[in-house]
Amino acid sequence: MKGENPVTPVDGIPLVAMDAAIEVADLRKTYRGRRTGEVRAVDGVGFRVEAGEFFGILGPNGAGKTTTLEIVEGLRKPDSGEVRLLGRRPWPHSAELTARIGVQLQASSFFEFLTVTEQIETFARLYGASRERAAEMLEQVGLAEKAGVRCEKLSGGQQQRLSIACALVGDPELVFLDEPTAALDPQARRNLWDLMRAINADGRTVVLTTHYMEEAEALCDRVAIMDSGRILAVDSPAELIRELDAPTRVTVAAGQLDEDRVCELAAGDEFVLDGDEVVFETRDARKLLTALASEGALEGLAVRTASLEDVFLHVTGREWRE
Amino acid sequence: MTVETARPERARPGGARAYLALFKATGLGWLRDRSQVFFTILLPLMFMVLLSSVFGSTDSTVPRVLEVGEAPVLDRAEAGEFEIEPAASLDEALTRLEDGEADAAVVQDGQSVTIHHSQANSTAGAIALGKLSALVDRANVDRLSAAAPGEPVLEIDTAAAEGTETRPIQYLAPGILAWGIAISGVFGAAGTIVDWKRDKLMRRLRLTPASVGNFVGAKISVNLAVALVQTAVFLAVAALLFGLELSSWTWFAAPLVLTGTLAFLAIGVVIGGIAKTGPGAAGLSNLVTMPMAFVSGAFWPLALSPDWVQAMSYLSPMRYLNEALQQVVVYGDSPAAVLPQVGILAAFAAAVALIAWRTFRFDEL
Repeated sequence: MKGENPVTPVDGIPLVAMDAAIEVADLRKTYRGRRTGEVRAVDGVGFRVEAGEFFGILGPNGAGKTTTLEIVEGLRKPDSGEVRLLGRRPWPHSAELTARIGVQLQASSFFEFLTVTEQIETFARLYGASRERAAEMLEQVGLAEKAGVRCEKLSGGQQQRLSIACALVGDPELVFLDEPTAALDPQARRNLWDLMRAINADGRTVVLTTHYMEEAEALCDRVAIMDSGRILAVDSPAELIRELDAPTRVTVAAGQLDEDRVCELAAGDEFVLDGDEVVFETRDARKLLTALASEGALEGLAVRTASLEDVFLHVTGREWRE
Repeated sequence: MTVETARPERARPGGARAYLALFKATGLGWLRDRSQVFFTILLPLMFMVLLSSVFGSTDSTVPRVLEVGEAPVLDRAEAGEFEIEPAASLDEALTRLEDGEADAAVVQDGQSVTIHHSQANSTAGAIALGKLSALVDRANVDRLSAAAPGEPVLEIDTAAAEGTETRPIQYLAPGILAWGIAISGVFGAAGTIVDWKRDKLMRRLRLTPASVGNFVGAKISVNLAVALVQTAVFLAVAALLFGLELSSWTWFAAPLVLTGTLAFLAIGVVIGGIAKTGPGAAGLSNLVTMPMAFVSGAFWPLALSPDWVQAMSYLSPMRYLNEALQQVVVYGDSPAAVLPQVGILAAFAAAVALIAWRTFRFDEL
């Protein structure tokens, strides 16, 4: 280990430090449990995150997202593989590197019995930030009114916000968010989305793990789809979906069209006629919709384009499970 | 997408600032945790009230003495000195002693006085024995003085002798204090470790510029500060409400409880490393501290314990803390006299800390 040299090529894989916030090459981590036997939690993971990017790691529970993140952050040592954060190895602990990184862990980790203000001011001092900065962060995450409340009294969403405020208080360049929206109600989740967008818009690189498809689709510039310890695909959500080249599913209520007409409209594409609805799988949604409109057969209309869920099904060969 | 390159000036993170912030945060947390305050401050005081009333009741009551047949020596007793009841035979008297109905039985055969003292209530029996011996001595002195009127005799003043005997509070206070220090150290450290496993705070702090050493150091400092406060409050209450006389070396209790706390914290860390849950940690802590307290001489004098307990006591760090506190605080011995105890406590702390370090699985935090 040459430690200080940020551009050491590793195992023939050249790592170029310029402009990359994170470079990860061929990470492996196997857990050996007495009952579970060997579990390959991370099995040859590699990716690169550019400075300023919003990068998502998407996968079901147990896919290896958190272990990957913990290795990248420097909390765990991989069995093999290399990590560079802002050009440096995250292990061993370095005050210079951790000062530039903000972390929100899956479980909210707070000092017991402290108020919101005391909590964030403690973190502020650890990062060498001012009390004003701490107050600003509470403002930004919308917790200014809760300043005097004990942390254990906060709702799940508020705790996550405080956790994120603590991650931001040191003005980091790189922010890790590990499933911040898990177990939140839809309203709280949407609120958090706005916050995460704002963090990224400030110029910070954001790495988010999530098992919510629509979250990854809504927020991430690029997404790594992960399952069973491997990354199966990496690209922007739009590109992943486009590459899938999946048909659009158009549904209307049955009874508006007779079977011959349905067959005619499908024009060679797949369709399903089941009791009370007709489902077309078309490559040319515009033409089909125009035809349906002119027939006046739009009752019960639903149009569903392919999503990351279909991408997941395609790359893993199995249904999405949350 | 660009990253701002001009970063605002800020204080260098980590170091003393981080330590102080962490000390404040953990200290505030401790103060606000009512169960901790109860456990470390109030519980030992409750024990002192309880134990001093149990042990203290024996020396305030009048010894109950059985007069077997005729025992003229008892006629010399002052009014209210003994509660004398007649017993028809020695057998009857011994049975009543066994049942705890009396503290001693007196048989007089001419010049020979035999005192049977209670084993059922050994403390009361011993007190009765002492007072009866004094009574016999007084009778002898009177006779000798009558036989040789000009001869000066040594006077025994039993009232003054009672004032200087070891009162229960004098050995109870150091013992209960040692026990209080032990449980707050062991339970505190074990509970903290289990909390850290659950809330992952340690993990979060490892990702700040502050080092883990800062945090562990702050946590230990809070525990040491708590031990000092605990000692001060306890000794103040013992002195003001229970009449414990503090020696001029009492201040040396501070380094003693600090060394003791380190040893007990180390034990707690080992327990916290093994336990998975809060109740598990509490159970294991009890399993360790209870026997440690019982064999340490903290609650009753080791001299009254069986040999095997006395032998076991050498393994209990509480014994050394108790002994040292008693010598320095109660008997006023100089710190030099308890250096062996301090040395053993320190060695114990170091040895257990080493075990904790070797067996601890840091990735669980």
